[in-house]
Amino acid sequence: MIAVLGLLIGALVGVFLEPTVPAVLQPYLPIAVVAALDALFGGLRALLDGTFNDRVFLVSFLSNVVVAALIVYLGDQLGVGTQLSTAVVVVLGIRIFSNAAAIRRHLFKA
Amino acid sequence: MQPDPDASTTPAQPAAPRPLSSSWRTIGRALAPRATRAQLMAGLLCALLGFALVVQVRQTRSEGLANLPQDELVRVLDEVTQRSETLQRQAATLQGLRSELLTGSDTQRAARDAAQERATVEGILAGRLPAEGPGVELTIREPEDRIPALVMFNLLEELRNAGAEAIQLGDVRLTASTYFRDVADGIEVDGTTLHAPYHWLVIGDPEVITPALNVPGGALAQVRGATGATDLQTKDLVEVTAVRDLPAPTFATPAPETPAG
Repeated sequence: MIAVLGLLIGALVGVFLEPTVPAVLQPYLPIAVVAALDALFGGLRALLDGTFNDRVFLVSFLSNVVVAALIVYLGDQLGVGTQLSTAVVVVLGIRIFSNAAAIRRHLFKA
Repeated sequence: MQPDPDASTTPAQPAAPRPLSSSWRTIGRALAPRATRAQLMAGLLCALLGFALVVQVRQTRSEGLANLPQDELVRVLDEVTQRSETLQRQAATLQGLRSELLTGSDTQRAARDAAQERATVEGILAGRLPAEGPGVELTIREPEDRIPALVMFNLLEELRNAGAEAIQLGDVRLTASTYFRDVADGIEVDGTTLHAPYHWLVIGDPEVITPALNVPGGALAQVRGATGATDLQTKDLVEVTAVRDLPAPTFATPAPETPAG
């Protein structure tokens, strides 16, 4: 409940504050958001598996975000930023899908 | 050691799927607001995620070109350049057309003005238009003998020499083709028979015409020699109202213009 509330509050703050993303962060924010989504789904799945741990959730959340941003940064430096961003998004998307599948199996047995 | 919660590579345990109701109970327990460390942590992280998500969505919407890749930007730039070149060419063409039309209408107006002026001048000279201006009035009576046509014609020639611009005799406008003929009861001028007294209306410089007519042995002297009585008056305003219809030339056509020099 608190998690859902937190999501809503964060979204509302974003809507009302209308912050502009600093130019330095602009290439990394989309990837970071996708990585965070992946961590969120992973946490939900762990919850259903009965293995949820807040410390692991926090660390995985932050490390996901940081590693994704790092990969994009490295790709930018190497001149393959676009391709590497695509690769990260593809991998994270696959993980989100498989986590969602596991959650679905838990909840609907199907 | 806790398993990584987002480790999707490890397959879900196929061995022990817990019963359906238990999973939903787990969700329900998790949704129940309890101020545990895990709940607060998850709430905080979710707030962070929601914030970042919304910010990124807004950013993507507000950004037009900023997040396009380079080759796309180059293509867009090319398109814009081409389009602006096309528009510039169009603008140049239209401006040229406009100035052409402007000068064209100027030239046409000038030509029309000149033609009108020429038509006026030539209309007066040819007797097609009524005219007015300073000049002289000359009345010739015949107290005794008739005045021969030749004397009248000499008078007309003398007036022309003196620079008369419009001449009317009786009701007849005198032009370049005017003729005088003796008839039984007067003088026939351009098909109209006139009787004495002959009334001349002449537009021209009176200072020139009057001495030209009065010169000894001149036109008026001849009239008097033919027993006529003359009365010459200088006027500031003489109105020559008689006009003549000019037939269009049958044989003569305008010569093609040759460039001067």
